[in-house]
Amino acid sequence: MAFANPLITAYAVEATEFPDLARHYRVSGVPKTVVNETIEILGGLPQDLFVEQALQPNG
Amino acid sequence: MPLLTPADQETLRAAFDEMTSPVRVLFFTQTLDCESCLETRQILDELPPLSSRIAIEEVNFILEKDKAAQFGIDRVPAIALVGGDSDSRIRFLGAPSGYEFISLVQAVLLVGGRATSLTPENLVRVAGVDKPLTMKVFTTPT
Repeated sequence: MAFANPLITAYAVEATEFPDLARHYRVSGVPKTVVNETIEILGGLPQDLFVEQALQPNG
Repeated sequence: MPLLTPADQETLRAAFDEMTSPVRVLFFTQTLDCESCLETRQILDELPPLSSRIAIEEVNFILEKDKAAQFGIDRVPAIALVGGDSDSRIRFLGAPSGYEFISLVQAVLLVGGRATSLTPENLVRVAGVDKPLTMKVFTTPT
C-alpha cells in the first residue's frame, strides 16, 4: 500500500525486539496493524477487508 | 557461512532476476547496545551476491541522525527500501529473520519493479488516499 501512494508509510515491526512499542500499541497477538495511531486490525485479513479497514475515514 | 542454503539462493536469484530497477537497502545500525544489528547485517549481506540490482548502504544511527530522521527511523536495527526513482516508504524495524525475511524479499521485489499484489480495485482505493497514513504491522519471529 505504501508503494502505491506516496502519502502512505509502512513499518514492519518485530514486536519482541521492541517491547516498548508492543506495550504502547497493546500488541497481544500478531499480526497486528495500527493505522495512524487510531485504527487497529488484529490478525491477517483478506486483502479487500484489510484495505477497507485500514482506510476507514476515522483513521 | 551463508545463512541461506544453495537451493534458497537459487530460488532467490531467479526471483531477483525479474527485477527491472535497482533497490537501495538502507541499513540503520549502531555498534553498541544493539543486539540484533549484527544479525541484521548478516542477513542483508546475503542479498547483493544474488542480484546486481540490490545494494546495501549502511547508515550510522548515532552519527547520521539527520538521515535517520529523514527516513523516519527512531530505533535500530532498521531498514528503509529506496527505489530507483524514489523512497518506497517501506520500513522494517528489528532483524528480518524467520518469516520477516520473506516479507523483506517480497518488498525488495516490489520496489524493484514487480507488479503489485493489490487488486485493481484496491489499487484505486489506496491511490485515492489524500492524507498521510502511517501503518505499523507488528509481527514476531517464527
